[in-house]
Amino acid sequence: MPRTIIQKLWDSHVVSEPAGAPALLYIDLHLVHEVTSPQAFQGLRDRGLKVRRPDKTFGTCDHSTPTAPRDLPIIDPIAKAQVEQFEKNCRDFGIPHFGYLSNRQGIVHVIGPEYGLTQPGQTVVCGDSHTATHGAFGALAFGIGTSQVEHVLATQTLLQRKSKSFAVHVNGTLKPGVAAKDIILALIAKIGVGGGTECVFEYTGSTIRALTMEERMTVCNMSIEGGARAGLIAPDDVTYQFLNGRPFAPKGAAWDAAVAKWRALPTDAGATYDHEVSIDADALEPMITFGTNPGMGISINGAVPDPASISDSVERETLKKALVYMGLEPGKPLTGRPVDVVFIGSCTNSRMSDLRAAAGVLKGRKVNPKVRVMVVPGSQQIKREAEAEGLDKVFREAGAEWREAGCSMCIAMNGDQLTPGQYSVSTSNRNFEGRQGKGGRTFLASPLTAAASAISGTVTDPRTLVG
Amino acid sequence: MEKFTAFESSVALLPTDNIDTDQIIPARFLKTISKAGLGDQLFFDWRYNADGSPKADFPLNQEPAKSAQVLLAGDNFGCGSSREHAPWALTQFGFRAVISTSFADIFKGNSLKNSLLPIQVTRDVHAKLFSALQANPQAKVSVDLASQTLTLPDGSKAQFPVDAFSKTCMLEGVDELGFLLKHEAEIAAYEAANPAGLDTLSVAL
Ligand code: SF4
Repeated sequence: MPRTIIQKLWDSHVVSEPAGAPALLYIDLHLVHEVTSPQAFQGLRDRGLKVRRPDKTFGTCDHSTPTAPRDLPIIDPIAKAQVEQFEKNCRDFGIPHFGYLSNRQGIVHVIGPEYGLTQPGQTVVCGDSHTATHGAFGALAFGIGTSQVEHVLATQTLLQRKSKSFAVHVNGTLKPGVAAKDIILALIAKIGVGGGTECVFEYTGSTIRALTMEERMTVCNMSIEGGARAGLIAPDDVTYQFLNGRPFAPKGAAWDAAVAKWRALPTDAGATYDHEVSIDADALEPMITFGTNPGMGISINGAVPDPASISDSVERETLKKALVYMGLEPGKPLTGRPVDVVFIGSCTNSRMSDLRAAAGVLKGRKVNPKVRVMVVPGSQQIKREAEAEGLDKVFREAGAEWREAGCSMCIAMNGDQLTPGQYSVSTSNRNFEGRQGKGGRTFLASPLTAAASAISGTVTDPRTLVG
Repeated sequence: MEKFTAFESSVALLPTDNIDTDQIIPARFLKTISKAGLGDQLFFDWRYNADGSPKADFPLNQEPAKSAQVLLAGDNFGCGSSREHAPWALTQFGFRAVISTSFADIFKGNSLKNSLLPIQVTRDVHAKLFSALQANPQAKVSVDLASQTLTLPDGSKAQFPVDAFSKTCMLEGVDELGFLLKHEAEIAAYEAANPAGLDTLSVAL
């Protein structure tokens, strides 16, 4: 029977199918960070258990980690205690990790691919819903809760039921000013934040094939915002080229053997999916969200929808509540609305190509003096590369802040945050109430749109600035 | 884990769709390294004013919702991040079940591991319960996991789906890790048959 890549990944990782229980699924790579792991390590200590496979586990701190210069101590005592506990847990249990002062530290979903830890054909988990990012390599990668973090630490397996498959076909050519971020925002606007519940997305089609690995990661990253557990893209030469030579990638004969194996991963001709949807890339425009979940998105010149046009009462009230929170009127576009903060960063858009795109817009220009612009690279490695290219200078000369690596204002746990009522254009992935700071209001968009908005100080269509 | 027994309770009402885990427990409370105190931070930004006083009009600040063990929420409850702090906060506040038309996957899995029962009902049942509670906020429902039945205030019954394995674990109060640990031999056999793969200790960084 022809199989999808999703089915192949499942089949090759089932350890056992006990009667009356979900299957035991083997995990090839377990990434841990400081926020969702402490209670799991405590659980191991309480039961007197070891980490079964430290050699399949890797840690980094990112969420509570300040993005101020690293020679400063962590000011928030609770965050400091969490970061220190994380480092201690990794040391006590023998887990390789990048601590606060490591010059390779970074967002967990950035460092996995960066060091070649993430590879095609793997199962990857992390106590973090954006683990789907690693699906860009043709891995089955999904977020788990803290109990499951403990399960994987102790047994390297998880009890899992097989997800449904959901093909997302994206065909056509992106127009200038339209980015990978716009593909995924358009998908979520189309199917809603619950559209992919119980599913794994496979992104296919000519547009996806033409994307770089970094762009593919941006797309897969936000699968969870469409409700899916995971999202993935079958590996191809673009994948292998990206991976070859990275520290943890197989070398020499092992590399050739691995690639030969990976070439069998893509979905077989004739395999079927439980659900399918198509996106026309030719027709895509830059996207932006207006509301308080990532499904509340419109094309940049579109009008904010009117609750009066919705028949379902809970849905209508939900939209009304969102517009009140956001301080928006229905029927009007967002373009031209003043913004207070622009955030360029997060595991969605903090890689070199994102920084280059933003720098391309900002070069030789000044950000509006009323706007605070924060550029936060995804990892210390990206920071170094960007500095070697002079991107830091472009940002600083334009009037933006250039910071250390971390999650930063994507989740506002480390002190980088909006104040109540402020508006941001953000390249991150969530616009929930208070996500970027209590009372803060977030418009999600691509790095191009964010940079263009930084210059004008209002929500701006990037096509007015780039060819 | 404690055994999950049948119970009757009043119902707290939060009729909003897509309530995400950042609302259930805001991220700034995730800096803790324990599970303690999360119940006080449940729905913090909806529950409290800027000066720390409770918002009088927020449902969970009023009786009978304040002491309800069941929460009725809109569609796709628990979307967003994977934080297990969400079910920890809900159960510490006193909830034992959440009723919605659907749940986000990770939240659902996390809840079942923490004796919090996600009760998925049809839109009709949801609407019926919603209007019954609007008419009488004191109205009660009964929850029986063994028979997978939710009894509405008017006595009518609705069946809800639960994964059979999770159901057994909840009813018997056993956790999944104990179950997994019993499969050590099979895990070792799988590893022996699949020796290749990543070694995160192979490169000194
Ligand atoms: S950047 Fe944001 S979404 Fe990504 S891992 Fe960090 S907090 Fe989560």
